[in-house]
Amino acid sequence: MPPKNYEILPKTSETGEPIGELLEISMGPHHPSTHGVFRMDLVLDGETVVKLKPVFGYLHRNHEKIAENISYLGSMPYTDRLDYFCSMTNNWAYALTVEKLAGLPVPERAEYIRVIMAELTRLQNHTCLIGFFVQDMGALGTPLMYAFREREKILDLFESVSGARMMCNYMRFGGVRCDVTPDWLAQAKQLVDGYGKFLDEFEALFTENEILLARTQGVGVLPRELVVSASITGPMLRAAGVNYDVRKVDKYGIYGRFDFKVPLGEHGDIYDRYMVRVLEMRESLKILQQALRDIPSGPVMDPKAKLRGFRPKAGEAYGRIEAPKGELGFYLISDGSPNPFRYRVRPPSFINLTVLEDMCLGHRISDTVVILGSVDIVLGEVDR
Amino acid sequence: MGTLNIEHRTSNIEWTEMLGEQIIKGMAVTARNFFGSYVSKERLTTVQYPEERLTPKENTRQFPFLVYDGDDWEKGMRCVACQICEKECPPQCIYIVKSKDKKPDYKGQLQLYPATFDIDISVCMSCQICVEVCPFDAIKMDTEFELSTDDRFGGLLFSKDKLSKSNEHYRRIHPTDAAAVDEHLAGEKAKAEAKAKAAAATPANPAA
Repeated sequence: MPPKNYEILPKTSETGEPIGELLEISMGPHHPSTHGVFRMDLVLDGETVVKLKPVFGYLHRNHEKIAENISYLGSMPYTDRLDYFCSMTNNWAYALTVEKLAGLPVPERAEYIRVIMAELTRLQNHTCLIGFFVQDMGALGTPLMYAFREREKILDLFESVSGARMMCNYMRFGGVRCDVTPDWLAQAKQLVDGYGKFLDEFEALFTENEILLARTQGVGVLPRELVVSASITGPMLRAAGVNYDVRKVDKYGIYGRFDFKVPLGEHGDIYDRYMVRVLEMRESLKILQQALRDIPSGPVMDPKAKLRGFRPKAGEAYGRIEAPKGELGFYLISDGSPNPFRYRVRPPSFINLTVLEDMCLGHRISDTVVILGSVDIVLGEVDR
Repeated sequence: MGTLNIEHRTSNIEWTEMLGEQIIKGMAVTARNFFGSYVSKERLTTVQYPEERLTPKENTRQFPFLVYDGDDWEKGMRCVACQICEKECPPQCIYIVKSKDKKPDYKGQLQLYPATFDIDISVCMSCQICVEVCPFDAIKMDTEFELSTDDRFGGLLFSKDKLSKSNEHYRRIHPTDAAAVDEHLAGEKAKAEAKAKAAAATPANPAA
């Protein structure tokens, strides 16, 4: 029984005979390729996708409403759990917004530490993403294990400074929770120096691999106009050739001081999204090298900042950063009480997921898996 | 704005030219990693838990515990039942009932103590906010993580006798932090003693 609004492919041939039956299948929510609990309602003509409806909300945890009922500090550990691959950038986005709301300055050393943490997060997120994405194409296990091996080194660094591998809960309003040791900086420097070599090896597996080229080039193309009008951000936007990076546009924190380039794609297909991420990692290494070289000594917390009884004056603020997945924004309204009046997250992977159908129409069902992998979603952030 | 443009390196290549050399190249990488894992520690990073264990990092945090000084946990408990951690805990996993009577703390001052102090560690999310807000250095994070139990209600609700751990334990798991805390507390104690001495001396002054 074809769905009512199926009009994409003709139902009958020119002579009036039916071409074939449509099949509606439900892919997920517990499907190994959906990166979490995410469901796609697919209408298939043979193997070709004619309609796709993303269904999410299985991981909804009421994050925004909880945050409106606890103190400003209390939602900091909850932001770790949004995009659980990149807790450091989530912390930073939230801290940045509250600092904007309360007008808190951040000491120089804390700014440098934040940049180092955010770029390390970007490295590990993109490395893992590429591992997952090639796993979706059938490279089962091996590249993902290499990615996880390298990610573990970065998580070790996070653990030794913040106490937890993934749920770091490290940034505070007006600085970071604790200082990094010179020993830690030396370890980070060693990791950054060795990471380029790993990326070379990692790229040797994929960048010119025939299977990857055949599966990705010209698949899941997003035209420039659609990308802009659907407010897609992050590597997906830049893969379509739009030069927009919040680190360059806003220069939040101290990003204005670093010399780095923004990788831009041309075709907006999956291969460009892959290459944008690889090149972005190499640019992140450049930023890290500059930050680790220039980091000054000094305090890491603003003396005026306080943990308990934090009450920003009434007002509103929107703070945004370039998270590994795109523009991560927090919108807060304060009414002068200890908890926010309104708390809203602009999650990049949720908004990037809205164009899934446009990318998948006309492709095979096996391509939808790869296309979904290239969007880089984390369901903790999509569903909140 | 500096940008870096990606070229489709192979967009001009015909399919017939793609004969699979790059697949062989990729296999060389996997072979290097496979044989390398026998000789290089860099490429073999797994540990055979539980026979082999990594030493936990110094800052590692798992679940909170209550610190006590001395040998008797009931006498030496630092917690004064101020309930700040209970109020600040984001998932609200701490439950405190204040005592009716008072007991002396490390400075000799009479303070309340918790008649009940429960932490439901099945709810706790190890965020360390209780530790940060505690003004008395009474609650700290433990590194113990093997806490599985077959009783999911009572077995994961820790009361104060199970939560109390000695200051020696704290010094062992977080040596740097513990040293700073000990120094701070010793300073406070010395200040309190000096004040008490001054207070004791003041009434004598007019007489002299």
